[in-house]
Amino acid sequence: MTTATMLSWTVVCPLDRLEPDRGVAALVDGVQVALFRTADGLFAIDNLDPVGGAYVLSRGIVGSRGGVPTIASPLHKQVYDLRTGECLDLPGISVARHEVRCRDGLVEVRLRQEG
Amino acid sequence: MNGGRVIVVGNGMVGQRFVDALRARDPQGRWQVTVLAEESRPAYDRVRLSAFFDGVSADELNLHTPDEGVELRLGEPVTAVDRDRRVVTTAAGEYPYDALVLATGSYAFVPPVDGVALPGVFVYRTLDDLAAIREHARGRHTGAVIGGGLLGLEAANALRLLGLATSVVEFAPRLMPVQVDTAGGAMLRRYVEELGVTTHLGVATTALRSGPDGTVAALELADGTVLDTDIVVVAAGIRPRDELARAAGLPLGPRGGVLVDAACRSADERIWAVGECAAVDGTCHGLVAPGYAMAEVVADRLVGGAATFPGADTATKLKLLGVDVASFGDAHGATTGCLDVTFTDPATRVYAKLVLSDDAKTLLGGVLVGDASAYPTLRASVGGPLPAPPLALLAPDGAAGAGAGALPAAAQVCSCNAVTRADIDEAIAGGCADVPALKACTRAGTSCGSCVPMLKQLLDAAGVKQSTALCEHFDASRQELFDIVRVRGIRTFSRLVAEHGRGRGCDICKPVVASILASLGSGHVLDGEQASLQDTNDHFLANLQRDGSYSVVPRIPGGEITPEKLIVIGEVARDFQLYTKITGGQRIDLFGARVEQLPQIWRRLVDAGFESGHAYGKALRTVKSCVGSTWCRYGVQDSVGLAIALELRYRGLRAPHKIKSAVSGCARECAEARSKDFGIIATETGWNLYVGGNGGFRPRHADLFATDLSTEDLVRYVDRFLMFYIRTADRLQRTAAWIEAMDGGLDHLRAVIVDDSLGLCAELDEAMARHVASYSDEWRDVLDDPERLRRFASFVNAPDVPDPSISFALERGQPVPAGGRPPASAVRQPVTLGLPEVRR
Repeated sequence: MTTATMLSWTVVCPLDRLEPDRGVAALVDGVQVALFRTADGLFAIDNLDPVGGAYVLSRGIVGSRGGVPTIASPLHKQVYDLRTGECLDLPGISVARHEVRCRDGLVEVRLRQEG
Repeated sequence: MNGGRVIVVGNGMVGQRFVDALRARDPQGRWQVTVLAEESRPAYDRVRLSAFFDGVSADELNLHTPDEGVELRLGEPVTAVDRDRRVVTTAAGEYPYDALVLATGSYAFVPPVDGVALPGVFVYRTLDDLAAIREHARGRHTGAVIGGGLLGLEAANALRLLGLATSVVEFAPRLMPVQVDTAGGAMLRRYVEELGVTTHLGVATTALRSGPDGTVAALELADGTVLDTDIVVVAAGIRPRDELARAAGLPLGPRGGVLVDAACRSADERIWAVGECAAVDGTCHGLVAPGYAMAEVVADRLVGGAATFPGADTATKLKLLGVDVASFGDAHGATTGCLDVTFTDPATRVYAKLVLSDDAKTLLGGVLVGDASAYPTLRASVGGPLPAPPLALLAPDGAAGAGAGALPAAAQVCSCNAVTRADIDEAIAGGCADVPALKACTRAGTSCGSCVPMLKQLLDAAGVKQSTALCEHFDASRQELFDIVRVRGIRTFSRLVAEHGRGRGCDICKPVVASILASLGSGHVLDGEQASLQDTNDHFLANLQRDGSYSVVPRIPGGEITPEKLIVIGEVARDFQLYTKITGGQRIDLFGARVEQLPQIWRRLVDAGFESGHAYGKALRTVKSCVGSTWCRYGVQDSVGLAIALELRYRGLRAPHKIKSAVSGCARECAEARSKDFGIIATETGWNLYVGGNGGFRPRHADLFATDLSTEDLVRYVDRFLMFYIRTADRLQRTAAWIEAMDGGLDHLRAVIVDDSLGLCAELDEAMARHVASYSDEWRDVLDDPERLRRFASFVNAPDVPDPSISFALERGQPVPAGGRPPASAVRQPVTLGLPEVRR
């Protein structure tokens, strides 16, 4: 049995600090979050690459696969679905997702702790 | 007898093939396999033995894959066979058998003349022989080969590659007497002599003489000639290793070899023989393809089959001393009433002969020297109707042009593995859509590889489109995209994908387009939309390491550095606590920098006169050099000066893959230039240019492109070589693979670059001039621009906080990533949520 807990929203940065199709990392309550601004909207996932074990997903290349918005790990190029966090190359691997929204030109993140 | 203990004597190519074939047919493991081998290493590719002198390692020639169901005992030769008790004996003991397969191969025949046992006389048979030849050749200057056949010419080339002035002595009146006819032999001799190899034909060796140090020093020939030589390689033919069978009382063939029937079974029903030691119906076969066929026959018989040896295809195609030579079918026109059609072109030095039936309708055989591109089609047509009129076939590219599509279904496409056109067509119909799939499915093209062009043609003939699409977002290949971007003047990815592709791009096409834009000179790689296309290395102008930190490599052109600059690098490494290592490219790599430290590190380096070394880019890396004539007693040119000039000329040049170079100041080649994409070796009068070398996963020596060039011509050729590569190579295709895949290969490349056969040179020259004029240091450009600098923070919301996940331990006095290698458990298991998710 597992639970999903919602914490509060944290302001991270102005929206214009996010370049289109390029990620940044943010530190939210001690958790490293990778943020992406794409034509499909904003996405937030854990910055930890679950395969490589390093905090680098924000530095991957943003793209699409069959219409799904994706991020490719810069370490060994596994591709993740930005909407679900699922790895599209390795079945059974996924990254945690977090809530992200834009309010008054500011990007806000709310951690989702899956445990 | 469908199971039990099978003993295989010998682990050569054929012995290994038998084991593989039996294991494939016997998945239940009814046969318990033991291999007893004389050599100390497992089976290796003896056909490619000479590649050892081209730098291919013994490991790469390996043919053996460990198999739990097979016991392999190396260095344990069988000394006796007791047929009554059905046991074989080795130094270690006895092994009982239910079936015994002799695959003992052959030994080199050494003519009984005076002096053949002298030190410095070798045969050319095993990797150990080759290693001994190399060892003895060190510091010596001349070599001679007894025997001008296939193996003799291979040996001559090996001696040449070892730097020896080489002679070949052949008893027959022409080179390769078994495979080629008189006219073909004469053409071959011209090629061979042009390479500096002296030939003595139609003359026997009468004695070998030693010098004062007791090693061989001269060859005496029957015509009175005395050849001074420091090393002799005997390649005068092979003889079957049949001594075990002989001692066991088994009948032998008329010229030796274990006499076997068409099932490869000897007079003893439990003993079989395969490969060069077998005399099938009395005839021994010295090529690997018939040996493989025998191995398959015996494997089939052991599982209850009824296969028989189909007869040998003695067709041969090889590249000897850079010359294509092929011989197939009835090459010498032995068939009654046959007709010859010959073609000799002294200008292009091509000789071809077709042997036809008396009605000129059926191809019986042929000989090709100088250009063997027609070989796959012709060989497959032997015994059948001609795929095109004889003259059309013999014209350059004639048969290649006629194509494999014209072949009958029964034609053998791959003779090494006995795969017919019908087999290939069936595999294609079954879903094989490219060459690798065909190889995996049919084994065609997996041995000598000469039929691979035909596999492509058969795919084409079957209407299978072999996709060159870059990825799901672009149907175009990299080369086509390059031309689109160049001709249409497109400068953004979004326009390119909107007009010529689909979707949003990915980690394959975005860096490719970024590289194309950079090659065409579109400003700083981090400007505007280009920044979003870059791989993380190009995005941070540093090399990502496994812990998420980066390494920094300043350019040190030619590997030359002042003490002051060396001290600065040391101070930077000390102050930022960076792990420091000397690279293979004669520069220094500083590891363990966090993204926010990168600009601070660059500031210090740039202020001291350094610039980016582009270690992060698919771009020119380094031009390595030896110290050259400035200091070295042997140097004949200023290799350091040239290396620096070249590195500064091509620095920052973005390409389909990284580019490495080196300059050696003399023929001793201390800079290892022949392992580089372009390598330069000084001569007394100029520079020799080599292209297409590679280290890495698949090492390859660069090919000699042009000799004795002036510095000006050298630079012009390198300019064009690089620009042509950038324009036409595939994504992540190094120059070695690019040249190998090029239609017409090195000759075509030379025509484009030297003779301007495509009329491209002016454009290529202009493109390089533009690159040289617009070069700017990418590090300095970031330091000078606050907008670009803003990217260099670990966290967007906490620019002053260093990434807490990056930490170090000390190893040998230097920082290394803490915690060692990440454990396998770092791969997180998926989490299943037991409660309904709360959605936005």
